[in-house]
Amino acid sequence: MTSLVGLLVVVPMLAAAIGFVAGERQWVRDILTVGSLAGATAIAGILLAYVESEGTVVLRVGDWDPELGIVLVVDLMAALVLLVAMATILVVQLFAIGQRRTAWGADPQLSGPLLLVLTSGVVLAFLTGDLFTLFVAFELILVSSYVLLTHQGRRGQIRSGMTYVAMNLFASTLFLVGLAVVYASTGTVNLALLAERIPELDDPLRWGIGLWFLVVFGTKAAIFPLFSWLPDSYPTAPTTITAVFAGLLTKIGVYVLIRFHVLTGMDDLGPLILTLAALTMVIGVAGALAQDDVKRILSFHIISQIGYMLMGLGLFTLAGIAGAIVFLVHHIPVKTVLFLVGGLIEEREGTSALDKIGGLAQRQPLLAVLFALPALSLAGIPPFSGFVAKLALVDAGIEKVVVPIVVIALANSVLTLVSMVKIWTGVFWGSGDDESATPIRILRPGHRLMVGATAVALVASLAIAASFGPLWDLGERAAADLLDPSAYIEAVVS
Amino acid sequence: MSVTLALVVGGLTSVGVYLITSRSLTRMLLGFALLGHAAVVALLAAGGEAGERPISGDAPVDELSDPLPQAFALTAIVISFGLTLFLLALARRQAQLTGDDLVEDDLEDRRIALETEAEGDDA
Repeated sequence: MTSLVGLLVVVPMLAAAIGFVAGERQWVRDILTVGSLAGATAIAGILLAYVESEGTVVLRVGDWDPELGIVLVVDLMAALVLLVAMATILVVQLFAIGQRRTAWGADPQLSGPLLLVLTSGVVLAFLTGDLFTLFVAFELILVSSYVLLTHQGRRGQIRSGMTYVAMNLFASTLFLVGLAVVYASTGTVNLALLAERIPELDDPLRWGIGLWFLVVFGTKAAIFPLFSWLPDSYPTAPTTITAVFAGLLTKIGVYVLIRFHVLTGMDDLGPLILTLAALTMVIGVAGALAQDDVKRILSFHIISQIGYMLMGLGLFTLAGIAGAIVFLVHHIPVKTVLFLVGGLIEEREGTSALDKIGGLAQRQPLLAVLFALPALSLAGIPPFSGFVAKLALVDAGIEKVVVPIVVIALANSVLTLVSMVKIWTGVFWGSGDDESATPIRILRPGHRLMVGATAVALVASLAIAASFGPLWDLGERAAADLLDPSAYIEAVVS
Repeated sequence: MSVTLALVVGGLTSVGVYLITSRSLTRMLLGFALLGHAAVVALLAAGGEAGERPISGDAPVDELSDPLPQAFALTAIVISFGLTLFLLALARRQAQLTGDDLVEDDLEDRRIALETEAEGDDA
């Protein structure tokens, strides 16, 4: 099993290296990207099944002592999120291959291999057992995302790319300084050892470390007030790239926030995190209501949804953290589908501005269905995955008697629905401009692949709703492992 | 951590942050370089007192420098080197497009602000 864990990081990286030098041979790149991503998804599935029955898998790279060397740890939470993430990237890559044939997509010579570099960074971020490898994983993800975001060199991309790069670079520098503080005070950066040593530190130092990393990971996760880089930069990139970023990147920030803060027992930060969660939800949805472009509305919704996951973390109870993990799993495919549909709309109509499109429900009924289902799920309408995920969180909030956050979360669902309705009436109802009302029915094979990939992701998100019972059990077990880290510590150290 | 190192970290950080607040991308780049140095010095300081060469094996273990922060620092230096190059490329592209390397206003943000102002005037 441990060798499979290593393969997960190495294979996408190698495939990316070959992809960069493959030159004009596009088919080589397609086989490499789809092949390695499908392989990674399969491995993630096997790992989840194995970890579920046999317990945590630990790979000590180079067989070093965990205090000195790199360890990759696959526990239940990592395996669960990893499987969803790999499947999502695979679907997006299929969409990207389709989109390339319709000449709207990103430069395939760069975007395929870069997506693989990003993938191996994502794997590393989920599996790493120490903070410094986490820093390297973040850099891998960020460097490839910088290039993916700006490689077309359009003016809007360069402008928003600057904000994106500056914010994230600053957060990375803070991360390094935080590492120095952690190492100086505990003598290790290994998460399992930190889970033992950080709770023993003096209160001021412990609080300092907790707050410092809340800022660092919060910037990656785009929580209030550190989100300003997100809604500006995401909509300017090509659809496939935005879809991966929207589905995954901020969620990695949340994942790491959950892992670090729960493992090191930062319960004292709970009220602060809950306040931030409420502000993140409200500001995100308020921003979405003010926008009139599909991609920009959806970008603000990423922020508002981050608030829900943060709410689960802030409760610091078993139900809360399990809710946050389950919400994470629900959110990744749903958000990706919405952005892919946004891309399909943009491709069909030449724009994603609400006032320039209309009447798409008549001309493109399939597209309307593809949008409507995940949109309802995002707003939390039963029987979709968003409903059960939100119900779990609200339930956890009531259990711990934190009434304000529960009220805000519920009110926020209504506002989410309002802004989804805004997209619906703007894009799918009405008559639209007369000149663009002529139906464009060019069903090139590429287009079919794009619609197919979107549909597959949608089915996956519906499957999450259908199999919510077992998923909730997994989430609860994963949360229990985080709250009582003794099993994690034993698996890594001994 | 010695007072000198603490002062060095503080000085580098303050100059770096000051440069980052600039609108010119080349100044920001210099700021990020200085911040990176501050982080590296902080990492080295985290390793405690300097001692004999580690790993080479010609000194007893308790007199060695801690090699781990040095490895961290090296990795961080390599990464910040790559990022500096990327920022330079970004600045060059911006100069090609607009003639300078200043960060532009967020157009959508400006538009919404103008709309709100106009509505305020009506009322």
